[in-house]
Amino acid sequence: MQKVNKLKPFFENLVFEREDNRMIINFGPQHPSSHGQLRLILELDGELVTKAIPDVGYLHRGMEKMAENMIYNEFMPTTDRMDYIASTSNNYGFALAVEKLIDLDVPRRAKVIRMMLLELSRITSHLFWLACHALDVGAMTIFLYAFREREYAMDLFEDYCGARLTHSAVRIGGVPLDLPKGWTNSLMKFINEMPAAIETYEGLLDKNRIWKMRLEDVGVITPEMAQSWGCSGLMLRGSGIAWDIRKEEPYELYDEVEFDVPVSDRCDAYGRYKLHMKEMRESLKILKQLIPMYAETTPELMANAPKYISAPKEQVMTQNYSLMQHFVLVTQGMRPPVGEVYVVTESPKGELGFYINSQGDPYPYRLKVRAPSFWHTSILQAVLPGQYLADVVTIIGNANIVFGEIDR
Amino acid sequence: MAQHKINYLSEGGLPVALTTVDKLVQWGRSNSMWPLTYGLACCAIEMMATGASRYDFDRFGTIFRASPRQSDVLIIAGTLTKKHSPFMRRLYDQMSEPKWVISMGSCANTGGMFNTYATVQGADRIIPVDIYLPGCAPRPESLQYALMLLQKKVRTESASRKLKPKRLV
Repeated sequence: MQKVNKLKPFFENLVFEREDNRMIINFGPQHPSSHGQLRLILELDGELVTKAIPDVGYLHRGMEKMAENMIYNEFMPTTDRMDYIASTSNNYGFALAVEKLIDLDVPRRAKVIRMMLLELSRITSHLFWLACHALDVGAMTIFLYAFREREYAMDLFEDYCGARLTHSAVRIGGVPLDLPKGWTNSLMKFINEMPAAIETYEGLLDKNRIWKMRLEDVGVITPEMAQSWGCSGLMLRGSGIAWDIRKEEPYELYDEVEFDVPVSDRCDAYGRYKLHMKEMRESLKILKQLIPMYAETTPELMANAPKYISAPKEQVMTQNYSLMQHFVLVTQGMRPPVGEVYVVTESPKGELGFYINSQGDPYPYRLKVRAPSFWHTSILQAVLPGQYLADVVTIIGNANIVFGEIDR
Repeated sequence: MAQHKINYLSEGGLPVALTTVDKLVQWGRSNSMWPLTYGLACCAIEMMATGASRYDFDRFGTIFRASPRQSDVLIIAGTLTKKHSPFMRRLYDQMSEPKWVISMGSCANTGGMFNTYATVQGADRIIPVDIYLPGCAPRPESLQYALMLLQKKVRTESASRKLKPKRLV
């Protein structure tokens, strides 16, 4: 029987009072290296982790329910707050899903601008990953260096859409703005300066003894494990399985640009670190090819579909019928046909899927997000047992999880 | 601090500054505000950016600490959910006096865009807040400005008296 003044903590069939030498510790939800609000219940035998239970939901904000009460365009800024490190990838995933639902073709210039933003956000995401991961492992210098370059990429975003973190720069049916004057020049400058910065990081880390000791053979995920736990993106490619949505089911213009998908057979944290570095280089390669492609396009930015997308501003201001349509689209929202759609894109974290069930209303009947980080958190319970307590931080940091996306 | 004109050559060369203990202590406190690394959501990214290279929070004497026992300021950076709120209350209680709170971003101020079943509609329902910082997410400059405002506030307070219990909304 429980004594009133000595209540036992309770957590999912865990016995806290035990005879053996196992100790149960609580990790998070506020921990400087838990990358958000991850709570782990760890069972330790000395310093070895014998059992790990991730507890999520500390950032659950009810986004999927919010979507059911919002018109499609209204929901776009909410997607920013999912994977807030690379918000364009979420905006894009949602926009693509709605575009598939209403069967819309986006103008080529919008596609090029979207790809530029996507690849830029991939670079900022990887830089942020490197900064935080290195900080967790103990390399403070890398944190400062990587944030320096990240600010340059942020400047580009800011010049384009005005926001640093939450862009909402991709809209359903295209992009709202053309690139400002001289933007491609500053992008080119960024592309030219970035490889040297990546070399600096690698020079500091690649052969760094502490970095290697903390990352090599830590957090080993075998290919079978990665597949059965639903890993995607770099976690899957780090286990030697070449799978990239940009190659498997090319969306936008990814079939027109040339890039490689780096794969590593090492299966450990160090291999995934190398992959992040290589992927940044590939993103730069894509960005470089996009600049001449942009110059060849015509200036249309939004798709021409008066039923779903408002006409350009000049037309709305001069033509009565367009103004009426614009009014209806803003006040009532677009009404996509009845149907359901599931679209995956390759976000910086992995496969990001949006499922939309439409009943013909201006609101989605159900919206489900398949967030890659969620699956990468669940694999922690298989990876952590057998590892040391100090390596828990390395493994969490290496998985590149974002809690806005997991809990939604 | 009142600086008095002194002839350093004739009076032993000792510079003298007259002040009150209150002002001296609060001057020291305001210039070494140590916030807790307490990232909740998106705003935490901007908080980190504030601490990193370009914006460089360290020049305000602001160094992020990982333990509530060592920190003076709690920056609530992000959405506070109902599931997390007991933890924030506990962290606040663990901080030693005197302590201040900056509520960063719309979510922490009022719940922001997340008016749902899971979100606390304003962190000031759980702990008292000194500075409200609007924005979603606020830029690093605005976080720096919020800290400067807090420094100003600290300098006007008295050092010796026990802090009055702050009002919860």
